[in-house]
Amino acid sequence: MSATFEVKPAPAAPAPAPGPTVRKPPRTSRRTQARRSLRRHWQLYLLVVVPLAYFVIFKYVPITNAVIAFKNYSPIKGPWGSDWVGFRNFELFFQNPVFWTLVKNTFLLSVYTVLASFPIPIILAIALNEIRNGRFKKTVQLVTYAPYFISTVVVVSMTILVLSPRLGFVNDAIGLFGVPSIDFLGRPDYFRHIYVWSDVWQTTGYSAVIYLAALSGIDPALHESARIDGASRLQRILHVDLPGIMPTAVIILVLGVGNIMSIGFEKAFLLQNPLNTAQSEIIATYVYKTGLLNADFSMATAIGLFNSVINLFLLLAVNFAAKRITGNGLWS
Amino acid sequence: MRETKTDRIFLIGVKIMLWIALILVALPLVYIVANSFSSPAAVSAGRVLLLPVEPSIRAYQEAFSDPLIMKGYLNSFIYAAGGTLISVTLTIAIAYPLSRRTFFGRNVIMSLLIFTMLFSGGLIPTYLVVQDLGMLNTRWAMVIPSAIGVWQVIIARTFFRSTIPDELYEAATIDGASDLRFLWSIVLPLSKPVIAVIALMYAIFQWNSYFDALIYLKDPGLYPLQIVLRNVLILNQFGGTGSQDLAQQLEQQQLANVLKYALIVISSLPVLIIYPFVARHFTKGVMVGAVKG
Repeated sequence: MSATFEVKPAPAAPAPAPGPTVRKPPRTSRRTQARRSLRRHWQLYLLVVVPLAYFVIFKYVPITNAVIAFKNYSPIKGPWGSDWVGFRNFELFFQNPVFWTLVKNTFLLSVYTVLASFPIPIILAIALNEIRNGRFKKTVQLVTYAPYFISTVVVVSMTILVLSPRLGFVNDAIGLFGVPSIDFLGRPDYFRHIYVWSDVWQTTGYSAVIYLAALSGIDPALHESARIDGASRLQRILHVDLPGIMPTAVIILVLGVGNIMSIGFEKAFLLQNPLNTAQSEIIATYVYKTGLLNADFSMATAIGLFNSVINLFLLLAVNFAAKRITGNGLWS
Repeated sequence: MRETKTDRIFLIGVKIMLWIALILVALPLVYIVANSFSSPAAVSAGRVLLLPVEPSIRAYQEAFSDPLIMKGYLNSFIYAAGGTLISVTLTIAIAYPLSRRTFFGRNVIMSLLIFTMLFSGGLIPTYLVVQDLGMLNTRWAMVIPSAIGVWQVIIARTFFRSTIPDELYEAATIDGASDLRFLWSIVLPLSKPVIAVIALMYAIFQWNSYFDALIYLKDPGLYPLQIVLRNVLILNQFGGTGSQDLAQQLEQQQLANVLKYALIVISSLPVLIIYPFVARHFTKGVMVGAVKG
């Protein structure tokens, strides 16, 4: 599919048409179409020059720069002039004792995030959809949506303050039950829970919006006939609402899995402290430390590349599976 | 049709659940605000829960008189305003042609853009580009490398395609309008809602971002608010010169505690103030973005 839809053929050229004499083919070739489009709409092509340059420079040049993963990068020689070392950086990384810890931490953190932040917005959206439009519904939506707009730095600070052993209200609350106060961020075991649930707190309201849109797109006649057949509210949710939002849910799940290994650097890095690194060191934070703090550019790039490739592979695999199972995928 | 008994019970259950969700989300927010308006002593004793104790605006006075924090605030405004202007201009410049069926190669270009969402060179290769362009430690590093979001391009393109009919273009052409003229005088005025949405997305993204600053900026004079916040809130780098007596040190410590809460409120305020006004449009934008195409 592409530009076979010329709105109308170019009008008889005012100047004598360049090139050979006018044939009258039933269909013009793509090349001719392109040339015509360029001549008539040169202003549109002019518009995209700068944005395209942006993508080339800041997205595609970095992809070619990633060649330094296979080199011993020297700032003087530049990415292409540096000496090849083959897969040595990768081998060194795989042999590094931290390798498995990093992969495990990244993987567990991401899977946990996807598992927790996938169903909860759906539940919220369905619950909101059940109650009649009114102030209560609006309030819940407005409030649950709000944390999405708060910056990661602030969310992490809030988390730290709220969980603080001396002053935070969580410890005050569990203190009421006689539990001694816990230094949540100092204990590696708690890191994943803190990360995931603060994430759920921040994004649930936002994600629910998409499902609410999908729910409002369900044909009311379906609900009506289900009611006439005597379906209860719960049955209608299970048999009308859930199937109705399936396509949306699948896309969101696929995207979530696609990010499974590229899990947010920002948050893990901010929540990290020397006490919890056993579980909080993930590939992204390690890349940052190797690359920018230790200035080992080649190694950091190799690790990042390893991550991106696994990511892409996971995304394609899940998209394929989703299409097979449900008929919906990211692209059709 | 009458609701059955089980349905009514179910509905009550749903409402209870929503109340719980509401409280869980709101509680930390209320807690932070309450603390920020309490006296430093009360905060340090952990006596504040939902209402300010010994109400005081001491923390806010302190925050607003701190040069580092104010500088960060100003920088963030510069980055948000400048970045949004650049981002919106570039996004429209690519989204509009991509929405036109007569634009040859639009599918190829779209695929190239979407690919960058799935695969990237990574942190260091991008850093090298920014370095080679001489942008390290300049304000440009904050607004240029993250100028265009593919998601925003998709939203804008979908909007143009679904609301600007081809007939309109043809009519304008007959009246002698060029493509640029048509975009400027007809498309843009008709597209105010979507422009507002993407401008807001970019502005909030820019206001909240700290990662670019962390890797590209060294000069504290260029730091945006989020980096200043990180230093104060998470790394605890604030105040406390060693030469004071004990009482003063204690007071400094208490002040530093309450200052954190005030800073959280101050930094989130601009975003949260505009949020209720734009939430509805924002929601539409999210929904457009969720539609495939």
